Amino acid sequence: MNAKTADRIATATIIGVASLIVLILAGLLGFILFRGVSHISFDFLTSVPQTIKAGGGIGPQLFNSLFLLLLTLIITIPLGLGAGIYMSEYAKPGRLTDSIRLVVEVLSSFPSIVVGLFGLLVIVNLFGFGFSLFSGALALTVFNLPLMVRITEQSLKGVPREQKEASLALGLSRWKTITSVMLPIATPTIVTGTILAAGRVFGEAAALLFTAGMSSPRLDFSNWNPLSPTSPLNPFRPAETLAVHIWKINSEGLAPDAAEIAAGASAVLVITVLLFNFSARWFGRYLHRRFTATK
Amino acid sequence: MHQEGLSAKNLRVFYGEKEAIKGVSLDFAPREVTALIGPSGCGKSTFLRSLNRMNDTIDGVRTTGEIWMDGENINDPGVDVVLLRQKIGMVWQRPNPFHKSIYENIAFGPRYHGVRNKKELDAIVEDCLRKAALWDETKDRLHQSALALSGGQQQRLCIARSIAVKPKVILMDEPASALDPVSTAKVEELISELKQEYSIVIVTHNMHQAARVSDKTAFFYMGKVVEYDVTDKIFTNPSEKATDDYISGRFG
Ligand SMILES: Nc1ncnc2c1ncn2[C@@H]1O[C@H](COP(=O)(O)OP(=O)(O)OP(=O)(O)O)[C@@H](O)[C@H]1O
Ligand SMILES: [Mg+2]
Repeated sequence: MNAKTADRIATATIIGVASLIVLILAGLLGFILFRGVSHISFDFLTSVPQTIKAGGGIGPQLFNSLFLLLLTLIITIPLGLGAGIYMSEYAKPGRLTDSIRLVVEVLSSFPSIVVGLFGLLVIVNLFGFGFSLFSGALALTVFNLPLMVRITEQSLKGVPREQKEASLALGLSRWKTITSVMLPIATPTIVTGTILAAGRVFGEAAALLFTAGMSSPRLDFSNWNPLSPTSPLNPFRPAETLAVHIWKINSEGLAPDAAEIAAGASAVLVITVLLFNFSARWFGRYLHRRFTATK
Repeated sequence: MHQEGLSAKNLRVFYGEKEAIKGVSLDFAPREVTALIGPSGCGKSTFLRSLNRMNDTIDGVRTTGEIWMDGENINDPGVDVVLLRQKIGMVWQRPNPFHKSIYENIAFGPRYHGVRNKKELDAIVEDCLRKAALWDETKDRLHQSALALSGGQQQRLCIARSIAVKPKVILMDEPASALDPVSTAKVEELISELKQEYSIVIVTHNMHQAARVSDKTAFFYMGKVVEYDVTDKIFTNPSEKATDDYISGRFG
């Protein structure tokens, strides 16, 4: 067999496998969207769920998912940036740094149900935060923080060495070099990575069952006082998210249209994650153009 | 040892266990251009980068010996490297302007070092760009990205950037080797201009360039200086056979 034939066979195999994967993905997406999209309406997205009647919506759940994501990012972005900057620019290579990196890797690939149980034992019961958005956000931090650290570390490592040296050679401090020269170059990558990681958090269910809880109190969307128990903004109230809701109505839904609601909610979930993905790419490119000031 | 200027004494640089610079002593006088020549891998860049302690930023590098500047041994662990680096500018082989506007590339350093007044900054930017013979080409687009400049213009911008923080010495590592002949000629011209104010240490693989721009030349070989003398002498009548062989291209 000559090199040309071998090359053709290899190319054909790779194209074949790739198309198969694309087909499976497209089929999966198509199936979820086909079953669910017809059920999505403004009313469905904004009204409260019904227990035994048909016609319930997913309004509070959608809100909970987005709010929980926001809370998680408020915790993980500053910590992740700080730790990532430390790991990339300050940590001396050695056993300590290597073991921190290992812990970070292990943490991000922990089974989510285990994290959920850990959250139940420690955050919910031991620290007494109860089933709440805050407990849920801490559980999600376990997955999200390691990703943020890694994203920050790698995007800083990706900044050309000469850029950093040029700044140091002008007599700028290490910190100023990081904030004024390196972070602007790394930001598009960090932002893209953050949004992509947010998609993973948004769809998480298992870790939230025992931390954010499986029910929401009756929310009063005109009450914006974060300390009031019926306010949607209260971080210490229980909150059922979209993914948890899907799981719940699939396993114990009593409403006659439970299957349609699950399908509709799944479609909403998938569409939102897709939106995250596309906006991440678009926004990353936009920032890159802004920061590098290329036309 | 020169009162002013820069001098290295018995400098040794190790990458881990490997000794890349094996005891080099050189004096650089003010307002003089010194060329460092020698075959690839002989340690020219390593030596140059140790002069502003840029090797500190690479893990596993150890530097021993002394580097004297303004009556201070700047290789002392107690020295504030941040301040030190302001006094010693650097230009790299590949142009590396900041991903910022032309104006910002120059203003960035001085602003950090305390120049806040807009008029003063404007004046610094114009002055540095003029010195780098770049003002006419860029005065109408100061606030556009520096990355849109040509390679040669970018390199002159990097030189302008380095003089904006008023260094005493400028280190250049093959500053023209990535440039076309016209840009190279401009950079060489610039070096001759700048030497009225600064002392310049330049690494080059181009023998003609070394002969054209430098006052003194040091020939490096395997981590040591084989010969250090007035450039004319090195190129017309070197004392060492190795220098002669290298200059005439008999080994590389
Ligand atoms: N970061 C590094 N880690 C380990 N060894 C290095 C490193 N940088 C350079 N060296 C080694 O040190 C020696 C000197 O390298 P240096 O880059 O100073 O040579 P040079 O004279 O500048 O060569 P060139 O003309 O090719 O630029 C070489 O043997 C090189 O392999
Ligand atoms: Mg070199």
